[in-house]
Amino acid sequence: MIGIATAVDVAALKETTLLNMGVFALFVAVTMVIVFRASRNNKTAADYYAAGRSFTGSQNGTAIAGDYLSAASFLGITGAIAINGYDGFMYSIGFLVAWLVALLLVAELLRNTGKFTMADVLSFRLRQRPVRIAAAISTLAVCFFYLLAQMAGAGSLISLLLGISDWGGQALVIIVVGALMIMYVLIGGMKGTTWVQIIKAVLLIAGAAVMTLWVLAIYGFNLSSLLGAAVETPNNPAVLNPGLQYGKTETSKLDFMSLGLALVLGTAALPHVLMRFYTVPTAKEARKSVVWAIWLIGLFYLFTLVLGYGAAALVGPETIRTAPGGVNAAAPLLAFHLGGPLLLGFISAVAFATILAVVAGLTITAAASFAHDIYASVISKGKADADTEVKVARRTVVVIGVLAILGGILANGQNVAFLVALAFAVAASANLPTIVYSLFWRKFTTQGAVWSMYGGLGAAIVLIIFSPVVSGGATSMIKDANFALFPLSNPGIVSIPLAFFLGWLGTTVDKKREDSAKQAEMEVRSLTGVGAEKAVNH
Amino acid sequence: MGNDAHTPDAAASVDFEQVQSTGQFQELRKRHRSFVFPMAVAFLLWYFAYVLLADYAVGFMSTKVWGNINIGLILGLLQFVSTFAITGWYVHYSNKRLDPIAAEIRNEIEGHEFDKHGNRIGEVNK
Repeated sequence: MIGIATAVDVAALKETTLLNMGVFALFVAVTMVIVFRASRNNKTAADYYAAGRSFTGSQNGTAIAGDYLSAASFLGITGAIAINGYDGFMYSIGFLVAWLVALLLVAELLRNTGKFTMADVLSFRLRQRPVRIAAAISTLAVCFFYLLAQMAGAGSLISLLLGISDWGGQALVIIVVGALMIMYVLIGGMKGTTWVQIIKAVLLIAGAAVMTLWVLAIYGFNLSSLLGAAVETPNNPAVLNPGLQYGKTETSKLDFMSLGLALVLGTAALPHVLMRFYTVPTAKEARKSVVWAIWLIGLFYLFTLVLGYGAAALVGPETIRTAPGGVNAAAPLLAFHLGGPLLLGFISAVAFATILAVVAGLTITAAASFAHDIYASVISKGKADADTEVKVARRTVVVIGVLAILGGILANGQNVAFLVALAFAVAASANLPTIVYSLFWRKFTTQGAVWSMYGGLGAAIVLIIFSPVVSGGATSMIKDANFALFPLSNPGIVSIPLAFFLGWLGTTVDKKREDSAKQAEMEVRSLTGVGAEKAVNH
Repeated sequence: MGNDAHTPDAAASVDFEQVQSTGQFQELRKRHRSFVFPMAVAFLLWYFAYVLLADYAVGFMSTKVWGNINIGLILGLLQFVSTFAITGWYVHYSNKRLDPIAAEIRNEIEGHEFDKHGNRIGEVNK
């Protein structure tokens, strides 16, 4: 029963389309009911943006896992391990270790000092206007690139899972995904979004666990024989060693360092991850959330190691490469090989639910940042009441949803990894230095924050524009032109140190001093939780 | 408008500079930083050492130890183990060394308000 003799008949996948749609429809129906029920108590801004701060640490930790384990994690990493072996595994490690930055340096302090958005923390003791605007712009930039990646990913998933290969059909599905997401976020706010993420995380982790045990059982729960089979099927011993993908040239090795840096420093600076810490009542619960998230995410990435090598052994890299959807097809093909149409239907539905949940989380973050940071604090100069602010946030949700749908249709077929790497690199460059400096460096000033944020954001985006992902290569977005002056695909190794340097330089040459009383207040609040917003009781 | 993130709350009129200068708060700050900074440096160094090995020491990482399990896989799995271990260690440390002192300071501030000279004024009804 082992080997390529039982290779998956790709054509048979299309026969399961109806089943896939059925399972997905069921997920949508169940979550919609929950979102409606959860939304009945949405009254204040704290309800809408932060779910009334009423989630427990374990609930929020599960939701964080649901938010973080995007389709790129599940389909992308399984596929990367199936094709590139060990190099795919190194993605999981970067994505997991990154959580220690969030746990040790960011989560609790952020929960204690902020209210709704990342900008609340960054502008706490600096001048409000410039810092808030900069933080909001980088939040919107990161969310938008992450959104585009998810929506574009939805398009390519569909070609595989629903058997829709024409452009119009895929566009229609992107519109449906976008419209559903707008409904969830509009009606349910943060509470509804959180529940969608919790349900999705449970389904995803359970599905991956079943498949993992199944694969291990085939090989008598012996990891070594699974690895042996993964070498045998494509007859390529290199899949167990590092370097298959990134070891080709000196440039590609450097590129991997750059990616590693962006992954490990980007997570704790992703605005949609940071915003989740506001949905719990205390810093202690924020800590518990991260602990839960680390366990769930770590466990999940261990599953993907087995699933990736399992797909290499049981399905084979050649079948995966030539399947519609390419690398992303590894996990669904493995599901089909193991459990036939039923398991494939379940896994496909989970993959859709994944995109929906992640997109919803990104949208509410972007909307909160626009309404709270730009509209309420800058445009109306604090004169808007909370009701108006939430109204603006809801309208922003619709605008962002429509933009994401249009962007997703245009970006359909584009290099998805490019957009995700951009989001991580932009987050690490634009946000992390300012987050760390403002929490831990007493002398940090407004000028340092503004230089670091705009410098990091600008450098990351400019370097990506002049990198091989945009032009000059076989897999570039623009194949016919070559203006790739920067040799690396990921800008992190340059833009992240640059942003840290600019934050230091901007502060050192700044003649103005910040208010030391505010610094004292922020430090005392961040470490003790004095005056932090409590849960809303209904 | 100033920062709108914290109004209204029990701590609105606290002299935070005074609290910051107390020995108790300095101790909390020291305990927090003396754990998280070395730990952050340690796990980042360990992570980048691993990435460098995978990048530039392919031969070493490919050495088979047991069956098809090589050093690269073992070191990769050890990254998971160290992440879980640091998580557990930090939780234990916070519960024992940080939370009690933070709660003490918090209760003190929220129970009594400090005036600008650091003297306690009035009890806040809770």
